[in-house]
Amino acid sequence: MPTLEDYKGETPAWCPGCGNFAILKTFKDAMLELGIEPYQFTMVSGIGQAAKFPHYIRCNTFNGLHGRALPVATGIRLANHEMPVIVATGDGDCYGEGGNHLIHSIRRNINVKLFVHDNQIYGLTKGQPSPTSMEGMVTKNQPFGVFSEQLNPMALAIALDCSFVARGFAGDIEQLKLLIKAAIQHKGFSLLDILQPCVTFNKINTYEWYKQRVYHIEPEYDPEDRVEAFRRALEWGERIPTGIIYKNNRPVLEERIPILKGAPLVRQPFDRSKLQATLKEFY
Amino acid sequence: MDYTIKIGGEAGQGIQTVGDTLARVFSRSGYHVFTNQDYESRVRGGHNFFQIRVSDEPVMAPREKVDILVAFDKESISQHAKELTEQGQIVYDSSSIGAIPHSETDTPNLLDIPFAKLAVDHGGSRIMANTVATGAILGMLKMSTEILNDIISDTFRKKGEDVIKANIDAAAAGHDFAVKNCLACLLMPADVTKAKMLLTTIEAIGFGAIASGCKFYAAYPMTPSTGIMNYLAGKEMEYGIVVEQAEDEIAAINMALGASFAGVRAMTGTAGGGFALMVEGLSLAAMTETPVVIALGQRPAPATGLPTRTEQGDLLFPIFTSHGEFPRAVFAPGTPEQAFYLTNKAFELAEKYQIQAIIIFDQYLADAEWTYEGFDLDKITFHDYRVRGDRLNALQEYKRHAYTATGVSPLGIPGESKHLVVTDSDEHSEEGHIIEDAETRVKMVHKRLFRKLPLIKKEMSPPFLYGDSHPEIVITGWGSTYGVMKEAVDLLSKGMKIAMLHFSEIYPFPETEKFDYLSLLENARMTICIENNAGGQFAKLMRAETGYEFTAKINKYDGRPFILEGLTGEIDAHFRRL
Repeated sequence: MPTLEDYKGETPAWCPGCGNFAILKTFKDAMLELGIEPYQFTMVSGIGQAAKFPHYIRCNTFNGLHGRALPVATGIRLANHEMPVIVATGDGDCYGEGGNHLIHSIRRNINVKLFVHDNQIYGLTKGQPSPTSMEGMVTKNQPFGVFSEQLNPMALAIALDCSFVARGFAGDIEQLKLLIKAAIQHKGFSLLDILQPCVTFNKINTYEWYKQRVYHIEPEYDPEDRVEAFRRALEWGERIPTGIIYKNNRPVLEERIPILKGAPLVRQPFDRSKLQATLKEFY
Repeated sequence: MDYTIKIGGEAGQGIQTVGDTLARVFSRSGYHVFTNQDYESRVRGGHNFFQIRVSDEPVMAPREKVDILVAFDKESISQHAKELTEQGQIVYDSSSIGAIPHSETDTPNLLDIPFAKLAVDHGGSRIMANTVATGAILGMLKMSTEILNDIISDTFRKKGEDVIKANIDAAAAGHDFAVKNCLACLLMPADVTKAKMLLTTIEAIGFGAIASGCKFYAAYPMTPSTGIMNYLAGKEMEYGIVVEQAEDEIAAINMALGASFAGVRAMTGTAGGGFALMVEGLSLAAMTETPVVIALGQRPAPATGLPTRTEQGDLLFPIFTSHGEFPRAVFAPGTPEQAFYLTNKAFELAEKYQIQAIIIFDQYLADAEWTYEGFDLDKITFHDYRVRGDRLNALQEYKRHAYTATGVSPLGIPGESKHLVVTDSDEHSEEGHIIEDAETRVKMVHKRLFRKLPLIKKEMSPPFLYGDSHPEIVITGWGSTYGVMKEAVDLLSKGMKIAMLHFSEIYPFPETEKFDYLSLLENARMTICIENNAGGQFAKLMRAETGYEFTAKINKYDGRPFILEGLTGEIDAHFRRL
């Protein structure tokens, strides 16, 4: 069995007090409890503060380009559908630069776990608004405040019939651990949006701001009721729900591709014996 | 014997089906065939044509003169009647496109065949008019319908015996009508018997990928590359290939990189516009040293350009596009045969050096069908350069980007051993983690660029020389001009000492050690660089890489390929100025 020490990665370069530390700690605890060893899974990330996450834990890693983690993760899953693939991303990386990939990954229902560290701001480039920044937020490059409507990732995902939609909070690691484990264990594309205070650049959505608003979705709530889930996803402002908002049992892409019924593609041998017959088809 | 048959009509009238079928009949009968297509970017209407050249000698370029013009629309006659030879014939159905008075065309040889009526009378449906036309053309050539009947049986197998019989009857009706009524039937020599293979460069690239062990192909549809995705999708079950249509070209290349990282041979394909979107991913592949093969189909640009037409406008683009500096391999096959073997070489080099190998072609080459006696599968190499399972596990330690003498680090598979496989688009350590220090940066640049590049350069084959061994005139080209240049040399060699240099392995630019092509050029009186583009991109590359400057250039940039007579005329004009 692995120990917590086995997951210890490089030293994080995040700001002291960053919500990412809590997510990192909770993620390691969750992986330990699930018994998934570092060599057994792959993390894919893009660019942003969250995208450095895979370096701070021991695991197979593909740290690619801004916004492009999901297609890389899709390629990895299609080549090896026995390997858990987890994407660590942020609100700018995933909802901004990578928006198109998010939409189509949800549609495909590739069995990838998407953890969005949502701090409602760009941290790495020092304080520009992100797609989830609230309307009116004043930043250096938006002196009149953000004009655009705030993106609602939960509602977007439910509209696309995403297989698993949940929201956690970096200030509530007990629930967060449950959500991380539930997302990984769910069969299908899983979106876990994690509210994560940026202590340096976001002076609006602070720990205090979130703590006054977040509440656990009540246990009797039925996450398979899509219309009710959509209603719940629209809640934002005075009260912000956390927990599993929506899930379904849509078939997973990897299971629908006939040639992936058996061994993963990476372990399927290349059979050259048919080439002569294929050549004959040209006559 | 060297005949050209041109089938013209609107999109949706089935000219490609007629053309493909005839080409297959000729190749199975043992003739040499070359076909090319010209079509508009629309699904219905407009004017398109499919041109077949058939001969008892190898043919590899379109000719200007047409022997049989099959007109499915009036436009075919107004546009192409002038291309007919003196004995050339127009075949059409006056009930479909109206009677053509002799005054409208110079040719006296108008053959009105009631395709539609014969289809109804003998096949039972007007839908078989194209089958009647196909049979009629074979009748005009005094060929039997035996092979056509085989093809009909194969094509309609799933539709049942009745449909097969109706089509065979329709073909016979067209054939018999033409035999009775044709004004100047053409004679086909009968002493060719050995069936030949017939394929396009698109198919050759697809088959080459399969033969190289490609397991994953992700792409977004874009002319003229889409056929590769279609071909591979048809082979998914047989060969265990996953073909995924991506949401855009950015996703396509990133998916291919993910699959390659996970341990399978992966490829993507696109046209120039899509490749522009892939450039970010190309540099990601370079930084993470992830092998990938990219097929790039050129078409006239900038922007959307002429989407279904041809140009060699993207030579320098794949060679030089990048943010940052990294090696890559660029191939430009000139024939389906070259495309087959070079696709294999692209996969081998991509994995051996953990680089990106790009195969460039163009619309003209993509769609053109060529005949061959066969391909030699023994010439296909397959070496698995990845470090898998037990081999990986046996290593004391594993660093994905370890420094080595060749710059090539062991390419491990994630999840197959306790060793972690870590890579990063940031500059990284040997272990694959983000670094900032200058010393590591310099070492990594040496590893990726300076160590690998000379080794890759040594792998590139020199250009192919054809014609006079001490030529006065050397025509030089790359990619799709191979066939037309080679035939031009054949035609012109009676009057001049001429040779062709054809480059299909473009970058890193081949050395002169194996073949001193620079001396050949320097010793010639005239050297002409022939390119299907406006700017003379290969001429610029040659000058940049070797300092050599061609004495003349022939460029064509109207979105159409070189035609044999047009090219020989231009070369001859240059020769006369000597």
